[in-house]
Amino acid sequence: MSKVLYINLSNNEINIKDRSDLFEKYIGGTGVATQLLLEECPSKINPYASENPIIFSIGPLCGIFPVCTKTVAMFKSPHTNELGESYAGGRLAMAMRFSGYNSIVIKGKAENPVYLSIHDDKVEIKDATSIWGISDVTAIGRILRNVETGAGRRSILRIGNAGENLVSYATVNVDTYRHFGRLGLGAVFGSKNLKAIVISGTEEIDLKNIKDYRKIYQKIYDEVVKTEAMEKYHDLGTSANIIVLNQIKGLPTRNLKSTSFEHADAISGEEFAEKYLVRKVACSHCQIGCIHIAMLKTLFAPGHEYELRNISYDYELIYSLGSNLGVSSPEGILKLIERCEYYGLDAISTGVVLGWATEMYERDLITPYETLGIPLQWNNIDSYLKVIDNIILKKNKFYEALSKGVSYASEEFGGKEFALSLGKNEIAGYHTGPASIVGQIVGVRHSHLDNAGYSIDIKASAQQLSEEEMVDKLIYEDDWRCINNSLITCLFARKVYSEKNVVSALASIGINKTVEELKNIGKEIFRAKYEFKIREGFDLKKIKVNKRFFETISQLGKVSPEQIENMLDLYKSKRGF
Amino acid sequence: MPYRIKVENQARCIGCYSCMFACSRANLGSISLRGSAINILTAGGIESNFTVVVCRACLDPPCARVCPVNAIVKRDGGGVTYNKDICIGCRECAKACLVHAIQLDNTGKPTFICIHCGVCAKFCPHEVLALKKL
Repeated sequence: MSKVLYINLSNNEINIKDRSDLFEKYIGGTGVATQLLLEECPSKINPYASENPIIFSIGPLCGIFPVCTKTVAMFKSPHTNELGESYAGGRLAMAMRFSGYNSIVIKGKAENPVYLSIHDDKVEIKDATSIWGISDVTAIGRILRNVETGAGRRSILRIGNAGENLVSYATVNVDTYRHFGRLGLGAVFGSKNLKAIVISGTEEIDLKNIKDYRKIYQKIYDEVVKTEAMEKYHDLGTSANIIVLNQIKGLPTRNLKSTSFEHADAISGEEFAEKYLVRKVACSHCQIGCIHIAMLKTLFAPGHEYELRNISYDYELIYSLGSNLGVSSPEGILKLIERCEYYGLDAISTGVVLGWATEMYERDLITPYETLGIPLQWNNIDSYLKVIDNIILKKNKFYEALSKGVSYASEEFGGKEFALSLGKNEIAGYHTGPASIVGQIVGVRHSHLDNAGYSIDIKASAQQLSEEEMVDKLIYEDDWRCINNSLITCLFARKVYSEKNVVSALASIGINKTVEELKNIGKEIFRAKYEFKIREGFDLKKIKVNKRFFETISQLGKVSPEQIENMLDLYKSKRGF
Repeated sequence: MPYRIKVENQARCIGCYSCMFACSRANLGSISLRGSAINILTAGGIESNFTVVVCRACLDPPCARVCPVNAIVKRDGGGVTYNKDICIGCRECAKACLVHAIQLDNTGKPTFICIHCGVCAKFCPHEVLALKKL
């Protein structure tokens, strides 16, 4: 379980190496991928340079235990110019497990568009000229399914026009409904002329001690299926949070001008479920099935001529393309999600970019001259769809700036004080208090999932946590999630994969580590990520929090700059930075 | 009384593959998809509906009828028993089964044929599968 596949697209070299040195020390997943990134990525390169590696990694529990469904991708991010890290579910982790490769390192740049075909030990770089330029991820999937083997067991990764045209927040689509989002892996694919990857395998795993494995498998399965631990993800899914966040004043609305939305009921998870949900599906080897699929039925001509589209939705998308843009109907949100899906754009970043642009237009800081005549107004779906098209085409300087994210665009066009990014990454849907802000600043990929600051804020309001206690919790999550992300469990199963269950699960497959040892490895993985970040120029001291974060009331009242400064100082001193 | 596995609620399948992992884990002692006697298929990726393929426990099983060496023999009440040790890998059984309930390994021998033990139903979170008395 330590085989690494190396592919060089410049000279077509393919190598397989045993890296048990890394897997023994860093477990797998992000632990190993971070080391491979430090090895493979030359210092201070342009993220679009052919030397930028793309590293995929699974962990020892992937494919073997319930809900260990994630694959990590690491690369130098074209969006933040530092650490790129992203997770996707779907069938990928299972397909990698049975292909026998625990990590895949892709370097170089192909001369012409190519895709990778990986089936067990048959690894080929194939011509993709005829599908370059096709954006519809469903169409690309259909075409590749017809020419490749491994039906039912394979995973298909592909990029759309956003990746091909180097939009810095382009995603890689995985098996139609899942993605490597945030931080622009899709654009790194595009820069390498890499359109897609198909992977499958037929390996079987024989364990020494099947009895112990069966026992702990049953325990974890029961906790997943029969307890409350994961119920919310199965029922309404993450979008149950719309009503909750709205009630506690934590739902970013109209570019975070407020934190409650008068139309929250109309775009709630309940509304989506009752009127639009048609199906729930699961990532491979997950019994929850949190992938919520809505059906959008739109009239395209008189005479009851309908277009039907299936679109997956989640909380973050309803926030970014919904409340954050003042969109008051599920139809409007689904149309915007679908357009992002079509091009392969990160939906959070796109929503935040559109929200900032709308406020710029509202304040007359940009005019129809910049927007090419498009009126950018809250809840104007047709305008937003056209703006997205223009971002993909980089129609003029303004749209080109939008294609690089809100941090870049606000440097060029002003309006920094209401640009919603932290560490150059557009914010997730939680204005819950200081832990959420500090968490996204210090988090290794500037994501709400690095340390779940939002959930610490919510605990803070119930338990009256001090700033220091919040910082301690952020540090605990930072480190322990490095372990989750090395195994790799889905973070939705974090309650099930408690310290105790993780130790037993690992022991049953022959990896003996104590909780203390795991915690130390988690700390070391976190440190290694910061080593990469600092090497690439990231400096925690230089992070600025824009005024908007302090102006709008949060769940914990107004956040003050002093509070953030104090928590950052505490964080730095506890971390030894 | 023998039992048989029945696909009761096909449309409830979410594609989690738990049944397949349960089958190979319980019957072969390995973690494998290919070794499983039950098979989850899609026709067009996750966008399409899932199909469960599993032995129907035929009363007069064609797979047993075509087996030239009696590696597959009829079981009382429906279904078959399979002895891999005497199988010669002729692939005739897989061809005879219209529902494709027999998966072959690289040597052309069935990896494992469903014994209707019901472990897959036990690990199905959505009651797609049920174990029925014959």
